[in-house]
Amino acid sequence: MKNRTIKVEYLARVEGEGALFVKLKGDEVVDVKLKIFEPPRFFEAFLRGRHFSEVPDITARICGICPIAYQMSSIHAIENAFGVKVEGALRALRRLIYCGEWIESHVLHVAMLHAPDFLGYADALQMAKDHPEIVQLALRLKKAGNAIVALLGGREIHPVNVRVGGFYRVPTRRELAPLLEQLKTARDEAATLVRFVGGLEFPDFERDYEFVALRHESEYPFNEGRLVSNQGLDIDISQYDAHFVEEHVEHSNALQSTLKARGAYFVGPLARYNLNFDKLSPLAKSAASAAGLTHTCNNPFKSIIVRAVETLYAFDEAIRIIENYEMPERAAIDLEPQSATGYGCTEAPRGICFHRYKFDEQGLVADAKIVPPTSQNQQTIEQDLRAFVPAHIALDQNELTWRCEQAVRNYDPCISCATHFLRLEIERE
Amino acid sequence: MHAKPKLAVWKFASCDGCQLSLLDCEDELLAVAAEIEIANFPEASRAVVRGPYDLSLVEGSITTPHDAERIHQVRRASKRLVTIGACATAGGIQALRNFKDAREFISIVYATPDYIHTLNKSTPISDHVFVDFELQGCPINKTQLIEVISAFLNNRKPNTPPHSVCIECKRRNNVCVMVARGTPCLGPVTHAGCDALCPSYHRGCYGCFGPMESPNTRALSTQFAKMGVQDMELVRLFRGINAYAEPFRKESEAHEK
Repeated sequence: MKNRTIKVEYLARVEGEGALFVKLKGDEVVDVKLKIFEPPRFFEAFLRGRHFSEVPDITARICGICPIAYQMSSIHAIENAFGVKVEGALRALRRLIYCGEWIESHVLHVAMLHAPDFLGYADALQMAKDHPEIVQLALRLKKAGNAIVALLGGREIHPVNVRVGGFYRVPTRRELAPLLEQLKTARDEAATLVRFVGGLEFPDFERDYEFVALRHESEYPFNEGRLVSNQGLDIDISQYDAHFVEEHVEHSNALQSTLKARGAYFVGPLARYNLNFDKLSPLAKSAASAAGLTHTCNNPFKSIIVRAVETLYAFDEAIRIIENYEMPERAAIDLEPQSATGYGCTEAPRGICFHRYKFDEQGLVADAKIVPPTSQNQQTIEQDLRAFVPAHIALDQNELTWRCEQAVRNYDPCISCATHFLRLEIERE
Repeated sequence: MHAKPKLAVWKFASCDGCQLSLLDCEDELLAVAAEIEIANFPEASRAVVRGPYDLSLVEGSITTPHDAERIHQVRRASKRLVTIGACATAGGIQALRNFKDAREFISIVYATPDYIHTLNKSTPISDHVFVDFELQGCPINKTQLIEVISAFLNNRKPNTPPHSVCIECKRRNNVCVMVARGTPCLGPVTHAGCDALCPSYHRGCYGCFGPMESPNTRALSTQFAKMGVQDMELVRLFRGINAYAEPFRKESEAHEK
């Protein structure tokens, strides 16, 4: 019986530092470890004692790719603690800035981090030599997403304009107007990107996942909704702790989150799509079907199509918001701190990002808990590899290693976030 | 024909935002890639070309025994080493641990502290190896990043002005948020580079570019006190993204308790 090990000491084209280790005895996988060696940064610890108004600027620093997700989840949790709900144009602007983040993050992953796997390139720059039109198109799309975040937030990375209660300054209709033309052109190009990724070759791989995402009564989810799954979960976000548990395993600096009742679950674009297909815009639905998707998808390799579809949706939604925008009288609503606990959960590009804060009467943080998407997907990623490797055991070592990396990249894991994750080792003894 | 200069990008404890700034140069990325060989950049590529590297960009701070060793390997493999961002230059937001007991922090976040190997302090790269140039900012300014890469590849000094955010504010014709609105602002002591972003959005600067050259933090604290800023608030103001940069660290410690 031949034993093999697959090792990737430093997973490339993911955000943060992780490794992969798979050990095979004959055709059987005996061990899979998604190792997260990104150093811990202790955000939950040093948030203690900070004033509520400082929290969004600090939580943004958990991730350079999805700072909006951390700002939005923390802000919603703080507002929840203080009994405030932001509505109207301010709420619409929050959806708009989230559209911008989904676009820049999804396009970065689709074109620059994931597509090279399907086409056999080491990176997007090499891919650009043979497919210049698609890489240039992706850069234009990404730029349009960044333009939304920069206009509303001040800059693409760690925006400064988002605050508890609303914004520091809201844009005028005149300021937003020039974005429209760029976004409408980009929306057409996003449809081209969906067709391109729909034409890639996908491994025949499906599993029976428990998908978890937010669900809102009338919208594709960004900031709000109930937490639902395809296996019966349907809870208010304040019930998160009663249903989910985080575990600390030795091989990972990121905690692993599971459902108490059933274990591993799947968050992110595929989960959102499967649970909220009916809430996509008509344009996004028709692009999905033209790319070969139905209203459900259980093949994680096809998450690249779903990300492209969500990108198109985000352009559609951003255009709708700007066209309907009326500048609010005030940039933010006032709130009074109180001794209370608040919950926030929003849909980061990679999936649900849960925050819980306890405040004292002065509005200082007494306790914080932050659960990023990647820590929630860790066990699902490991289970995917357990199922994927035996079916592809005939591949040579290099090819199998690359395929395993690709299977991990299906999740666009964000390791820096997860430790507030990844190297591949496949061991064949 | 000369070989293209080799660029490497290295990551230590950080959020990846500063290296993302390079990928966010949508208009310049393909042009930059035509002039230099991206020889080691894990976030962007699987391919790794062996060193030595003409220019290394280092993101993130040193927080683990392993990383304290690794930075010396990076230095040995690099002709020039430039730090990018507040983490690599000043220890970053994770340097907030430096003011507390790190063991206590571990027990707050992790159920099994024994699994965690970390140092008590988060330190800048220059505490460990010689650094040729430090580019400040959380995140860095991508135009400045292109300038720094271009300068080093052409053997000249980067043009990144060391003055304060106040100068940028005046250039943008912003009304001073401290004078007109009574909003505490770190602009007078903070390094330029953001183009006075926060005041332009009607808020005070929170110092994400770190201290300027010779900042008078004492004078600013005196002014804050006159405006009614309490010591506790003042400590938190200086103790943010660049808490362990010396001028900010000393000022926060002077007002603690």
